[in-house]
Amino acid sequence: MSEILVQIDGKEVEAREGMTILEAARSVGISIPTLCHHEKLEPFGGCRLCIVEVQVGDWTKRVVSCVYPVEENLVVRTRSGKIDKIRKMIIELLLAHAPDSPELLELANEYGADKDRFEKEASFCIHCGLCVRYCAEVKKKNAVGFIDRGIRKEICFIPEIASKECWNCKECFPLCPTEALQAAYVLTKSLISPPPSFEPASEE
Amino acid sequence: MPRVNSPSELDKLRKDILSNRDPQKPCITLCAGSACHATGSGDVAASIEAEIEKQGLSSKVDVRKTGCHGFCERGPIIVNHPEESCYFQIKPEDVPEIVSQAVKEKKPVERLLYTDPDTSEKIIHESEIPFYKNQERLVFGSNGSIDPKSIDDYLAIGGYSALEKALSRMTPEEVLEEVKKSKLRGRGGGGFPTGRKWEESRNAPGDIKYVIVNADEGDPGAYMDRSLLEGNPHAILEGLMIGAYAVGSSEGYIYVRQEYPLAVENVAIAIEQAEAYGFLGKNILGSGFDFTIIVHKGAGAFVCGESSALMTALEGRAGEPRPKYIHTAVKGVWDNPSVLNNVETWANVPLIINKGADWFTQIGTEKSKGTKIFSLVGKITNTGLVEVPMGMTLRDIIYKIGGGIPGGKKFKAVQTGGPSGGCIPERLLDLEVGFDELTKAGSMMGSGGMIVMDEDTCMVDVARYFIDFLTDESCGKCVPCREGLRQMLKILTNITEGKGNEGDIALLEELSEVAKEASLCALGTSAPNPFLSTVRYFRDEYEAHINEKRCPALSCKELIAYHIDPEKCQACMICARKCPADAIDGGKKKIHLIDQEKCTKCGTCFEVCPARFGAVQKISGEPVPPPISEEKRIITRKSKQK
Repeated sequence: MSEILVQIDGKEVEAREGMTILEAARSVGISIPTLCHHEKLEPFGGCRLCIVEVQVGDWTKRVVSCVYPVEENLVVRTRSGKIDKIRKMIIELLLAHAPDSPELLELANEYGADKDRFEKEASFCIHCGLCVRYCAEVKKKNAVGFIDRGIRKEICFIPEIASKECWNCKECFPLCPTEALQAAYVLTKSLISPPPSFEPASEE
Repeated sequence: MPRVNSPSELDKLRKDILSNRDPQKPCITLCAGSACHATGSGDVAASIEAEIEKQGLSSKVDVRKTGCHGFCERGPIIVNHPEESCYFQIKPEDVPEIVSQAVKEKKPVERLLYTDPDTSEKIIHESEIPFYKNQERLVFGSNGSIDPKSIDDYLAIGGYSALEKALSRMTPEEVLEEVKKSKLRGRGGGGFPTGRKWEESRNAPGDIKYVIVNADEGDPGAYMDRSLLEGNPHAILEGLMIGAYAVGSSEGYIYVRQEYPLAVENVAIAIEQAEAYGFLGKNILGSGFDFTIIVHKGAGAFVCGESSALMTALEGRAGEPRPKYIHTAVKGVWDNPSVLNNVETWANVPLIINKGADWFTQIGTEKSKGTKIFSLVGKITNTGLVEVPMGMTLRDIIYKIGGGIPGGKKFKAVQTGGPSGGCIPERLLDLEVGFDELTKAGSMMGSGGMIVMDEDTCMVDVARYFIDFLTDESCGKCVPCREGLRQMLKILTNITEGKGNEGDIALLEELSEVAKEASLCALGTSAPNPFLSTVRYFRDEYEAHINEKRCPALSCKELIAYHIDPEKCQACMICARKCPADAIDGGKKKIHLIDQEKCTKCGTCFEVCPARFGAVQKISGEPVPPPISEEKRIITRKSKQK
C-alpha cells in the first residue's frame, strides 16, 4: 500500500491508500465526532456528524469523513463555522429523541447545542444502526434489523431469531449510545418466551 | 417468428411486414394507455370489435390498441387512419356512429370532434388541435401509431434500424462519440450528460458491466415514463441495447415499478418478441454482440429512483442509498460499472443514432438539447403528457398547449421537478425550460412533472404537502434528512394551522441548509426545495400565516371561516340542506346563519350556493361578523305583481 500525504487541520499526515479521512485523522490523534462509526463495521454514513471540509485545488466541499477516502494533497479542516453549525443542529435533532444520552450531552456541551431546541419525542433510538450492523456483520445473526422507512423507521428484534440467539450474546448492548436497544429488547422479550426445548448455555 | 441473423435479413423482414400492410386501409386506433383505460377505453375497445364484426368489416378495417396519446383530459381517444380524424371522450355507445359514418362513409362525426375553445370551430385532424400543434413529439409521437404488444408495428415504423446501424456500421467508440456529441442529458432528474456517464463506465475497470433502465418513476403526478414503457417498449429496449454496445455490457436491467402492471406486461412481451427475432440473446444480427435484459419489479419506494438506492434494491436488499463517494457508473450493481439512465433518456438514443447528433443538437437550447416530455397536471385545462423542445417558455406550455387555467381562475405558480422541485411564480412564466434555467429559478427539471396551481392554492400548504410526502419516502438513514424533515413538517403544519411563531421561517431555513449540506443522497439534499422555493417567491404568504393568522389563498382550514353574507343570502335553503354537519340555521324567507361551533369547514355551502347569489364567503385573518338579529333575518320579498 502506498503512502498518501494529506493535510488535516494544518498537520501533515501520512495515510495509507484506502484509508478514510476519519481513520487518517484518528491515527494521529485528531478527533472527529461520530455516532454511527465503529471500527469493526463497514462505514454507515448515517449520523453525518463526522462531516468535514475538504479542499481539492481551489474547490472546497463538505464530505463525511467516515466514508471519504484519502487522496494525495487533500487538505482537510475538521472544524469551521459551517461544520460546527451543522454538527450543532444534528446533535439538537437527536437530543429530541434521546435527551439523556450521556454521549449526546457531552457533544452538546462541546458544540453549544440547545438540548431543548426541538420538542421532545423520546424514542431513545437515534438510528445509528450499531446494533443492527454489529449483529449482521460481526455476529452474522441478523437478530435485529430496521423496519419501515422515513420518520417511521425503527429498530426491531426479529423474535424467531432473537429467541434463539440473543440470550447468550447481548454484545450489542454496550454499543448503544442511548440505551434504546435495551428497551427494544426488553419489549421483545416480554412479547415472546423461548421455546420449551430451549436451554440457555451455562455462563462461564 | 424467424430469427433475424443479419442486417440484410432485418431489411427483408421489414419489407415483408410493410408489403403486407396497405397504408390506405382504414384503421381505427384507440388509446389504451393507463389514463384512457381508467376512463373506459377497455369497454370502447370491446364495442369497436363487436361493431366491426356486426357491420361485416372485419377484413376491411384494422383496429389497433395503442399506448397513450397524451391528451389524457379528453380520453378515451380514437384516431382513424389514414385520414387522421380524431374523436374524444368516446363512450361505447358512440362507436356504431364512428364505424358507420366516419370509417365507412368517411364523413366526420361532428359531435365527437374537438371544438377549438377560441374560435368554437370543430377540428378534425389531431395535428391541428392546439394541444398537439404546439408540441414536437419526437420521442412520444410513435405511441399513437403502434400497438405496443406488436414488434412488427415497431419494425414497420423503422424500429431497430438504429440498433442495426450501430452494430453493423459503427464501432462502440463511434456510438459513444455520437451520444456525447448530441449533448443528451439525463431525463430522470439531475441532467447529467449521458455520454459522459457511458464513457465513465466504459473506461472503468471490470469485465462485467451493466446497463439499467430507471423506470421507478415516483413523482406525484408524473407518468411520462410509464406511458413510454406502456406505449413504446421496444424504443427503450433498442436504446438500452445501443447503450450496452457502446459501454461494453452484455446484461441489462429494467427496474420498473410493480404498480405499473401494463408497463410490466408490455415490456415482458417486448423482450420475448425481441428475443424471438434475435434482437436479444447471442450474436445479435450476426455482429458478435450478446445482450440479455432482465426485468426487476420495484417495491414502490420513491427513494429507489436514486441511483445507488436503486442498485442496492436490484441486489435484493432494502433500497437505501449508499454513502460512498464513487459514481455508480464506476462501482454500481455488485460493485460493477453500471450505467443507469431514465426511460426517456434511453428512448432518445435510437433517434440520435438514426438521425445523428447534428440533427439532435439543432433542437433545444445551448445547454439542454432535444425535447422533454412533461406531465402537465393540476389546475390546467388540458391535462396530459406534452413533449416540447427544450427552451419553450413555461407560458407557452401552460397556455398554448395546456389551454390555461380552468374556471376563470388566476394562475399562481407551477411546481416542476417532483417533490424535490420547486414552485415557479407568475413573473417567471417566460422562463425557457431547460435543466440549468429551472435550477437557477430554485426548482429543477426532475423527471418532468409540471403541476399547475391557481389562486386558490396556498403555497405554505403546498410546501407542507411535499415535505410530508418526503418524510414518508425518505429512507430514514441519515439524520439531516430524516430528523430535519420531521421537524420541518411539524413547523409547516403548525404554520398552516395558525400555530406558527416568529422565528419559524429562520428555523426552517436553518434546517434546510443542514439537509442540503449534510444529507447522504440527492433526496435529502433536494428535500428542502419545496420550502425554499415557496419562501423565496411567496414569503408574504408565510408571514401572513404566522403574523396575522391569515391564509391569503383562503385554503388552510384552521385559518378560515365560512360566513353567509346577510345582504346576499336569498334564503334558498340549498346550503342548509346540503350541510353535512347540520351547522346552518335557516328557513324559508329567513336569512341563513352558520353556527361556527358546529361548522367543520368542509366547504360544501360555499360550493352549492348559487353563483348568482354568491352569499357564502370565506374569511381569514379577521373575526366572523356577529349574527344579525332575528328580526333582521326575515326577508320580505317584493311581490312580483306588476
